[in-house]
Amino acid sequence: MRRAAPAKGSQENGASRTDEQPPRRRRPAVRIALLASIVILANALGNFSMKCGIDRYGARLGASVWTYLRVLFEPWVALGIGLLILWLLARMALLSLADLSYVLPVTSVGYALNAVLARVFLGEHMSAARWVGTLVIVAGVALVGSTSARTTLAARTAADPPAVVPEEVR
Amino acid sequence: MTWFLVGVIVGATVLADYFQTRAMRRHGEIHDFRPGALGRAAATLARKGYVITAVAMMAVSFFAFLTLLSRADLSFAVPATAASFVINTVVARYLLKERVNWRRWTGAGLVACGVALLAL
Repeated sequence: MRRAAPAKGSQENGASRTDEQPPRRRRPAVRIALLASIVILANALGNFSMKCGIDRYGARLGASVWTYLRVLFEPWVALGIGLLILWLLARMALLSLADLSYVLPVTSVGYALNAVLARVFLGEHMSAARWVGTLVIVAGVALVGSTSARTTLAARTAADPPAVVPEEVR
Repeated sequence: MTWFLVGVIVGATVLADYFQTRAMRRHGEIHDFRPGALGRAAATLARKGYVITAVAMMAVSFFAFLTLLSRADLSFAVPATAASFVINTVVARYLLKERVNWRRWTGAGLVACGVALLAL
């Protein structure tokens, strides 16, 4: 009976609860998907680009502080650092919209992407053990992410305000 | 040398995460995400000892990772540093007193197996 007259006068009814939620959720979902792909790509490409830069630089790092300072100005390394900064910011933005239990499994795909980039563009030898190891890590990270995000403050809900107000604000 | 570097990266990452968590729990939840308010929260946090320690540990981890990249394959370096998930889970359970259920333990165990496979 309620479904016969959907959106007319049934605002206070319990039935309207289910009708009104979905449209509002749609826009954040697009933003979340977009941010998640930025997080995955920026991380994998950032690491990849740093590796390219270091290979180009040639020498092994660690002999002196100067090698580190010089390698930071290697263009590919600088690009890699920029991408990793983007990764950090995009991940923070994503975490403000989505649960950690969503972010962890989704971004664990980055390990697989990283392996593919290393194999295809750097020509690294991927042994069977390395492929399996990488995929097992993806599965492990995904499983960690499939648990609830909070275990210590379970009683507090989003509705009630934080118990602690920063001391500085007065 | 490569596994020593992996150890430094993992150790520094775990310490950074641990101090960051302690700092953010003490600070309390952040609810205002407007740029000005975020900036003020960041300015307050930047003066806290835990946050400074965490950032220093992140720097150690970053430079150790650069060193590892200059000595090892990319397809080894990135997954090997995932070992931090395992140590992080142990730290979360025993130092941060989080309740770690069987799924999280299994996930951490899988990551450990994956890292062990990389050593072959």
